[in-house]
Amino acid sequence: MTFEDFALAFFSLDILRQAWPILLDGLIATILLSLTVVPLGLIGGIVLALLSTVRHPLVRWPLMAWVDTFRALPPLVLLVFVYAGLPFAGLEVTAWTAVAIGFFLNTGAYYGEILRAGIESVPGGQMEAARSTGLTRGQAMAYVILPQAVRNVLPDLISNTLEVVKLTSIASVVALPELLFQARQAQSVTYNATPITAAALAYFLLLWPVVRLLSRLENRQLAGQR
Amino acid sequence: MTNWDRFLDSFFNMRVAAEHLPKIIDGFCLTIVLALCIIVTGLAAGLLMAVIRSFAIRPLNWFIIFLVDLFRALPPLVIIALLYFGLPAAGLSLSGFASAWLALSLVLMAFAEEIFWAGITAVPKGQWEAARSTGLTFLQTLGFVVLPQALRLTIPPLTNRTIAITKGTALASVVAVPEILGAAQAGVSFSFNPTPLTLGALAYLVLFLPVVVLGRWIETRFAWKR
Repeated sequence: MTFEDFALAFFSLDILRQAWPILLDGLIATILLSLTVVPLGLIGGIVLALLSTVRHPLVRWPLMAWVDTFRALPPLVLLVFVYAGLPFAGLEVTAWTAVAIGFFLNTGAYYGEILRAGIESVPGGQMEAARSTGLTRGQAMAYVILPQAVRNVLPDLISNTLEVVKLTSIASVVALPELLFQARQAQSVTYNATPITAAALAYFLLLWPVVRLLSRLENRQLAGQR
Repeated sequence: MTNWDRFLDSFFNMRVAAEHLPKIIDGFCLTIVLALCIIVTGLAAGLLMAVIRSFAIRPLNWFIIFLVDLFRALPPLVIIALLYFGLPAAGLSLSGFASAWLALSLVLMAFAEEIFWAGITAVPKGQWEAARSTGLTFLQTLGFVVLPQALRLTIPPLTNRTIAITKGTALASVVAVPEILGAAQAGVSFSFNPTPLTLGALAYLVLFLPVVVLGRWIETRFAWKR
């Protein structure tokens, strides 16, 4: 393999010129998908984290089983199970619905664990003080505890969000036309890897700032733990 | 047949389960092999890069930082697709197993380097100076004084990251590796019954539930008092 072969196979401008409209559609779908699944996961996570403040064993144990199950199953397995399994139960689901359900279950569990750790990191005196000023339990949670909890686990929340955005690429497996799917389509038509290179570049440019930010936050966090 | 019977017949069909169990078990073993390969090469490469980085050679460090950022920003499935579907166009073919192994090792390498490096920098400077003043060389200091302290710090974040990336072995099903998910999907299209998927999901739970619980335990066991 000469360098020229390599350049032609991965960085062909000709191919890129033909493929970019398809890739752009994919990029837009990836962004829309991220804007759908991140809020969904966050909502699920907040619900799970709030439930975890209930100490009753009838809530505690099922909750733990739920969270651990969906953290143990690889997201792709969940997605395939929902997409390929549900039709057998008489429920036809579109790729978008399957992705939404799969991501809700998976990322909800992850966000839930992070937010639970955040809530536990807020000293108990905060709740007591807030309640003694006349706030209800719900108000104290919403205005006093949650804001501090979110601040304490912000690096983990951002890191998980980055993983979720990257994870949207598995939607290509159920033929949802996001960035990787479109790139694969273009690649199989042209038998040239340039569209996939372009997709990789798009992901990198989109997510690099987040990675830089995280790298700073995480270094500070680990150094501060001593 | 009632709905419940139909549900059982679809998802828990004993005849189909018995027929496809051997394939799923083969897939189970393959998943473990692939996961172990990724963990060994990924962690070793990550540690090596963190050690090289501690020599503080400027251009080399920039290269390492770029590499780490790159593989943190790219979705693993995109890297697998680039290797598996892209390289043949340049006249170089990797098997599905090799593509998944290489891609996920690179991802684990990036995260591990970041964590190891944060651990090394978290060891106070006085430790370096004290060790060097007793006559230890740079490498002896790194190996016998700094790394043992750094590694202990890195255990919780490293465990969680390793678990998350190991679950990515399911992505190998996309490039025709007959690991658990691949075997399960083949079973579904062969028998036109989703029971193999149920078996696959159970296999993942058997494999990863203990690991997730272990990760939770390690997190509390090695937690740092603030």
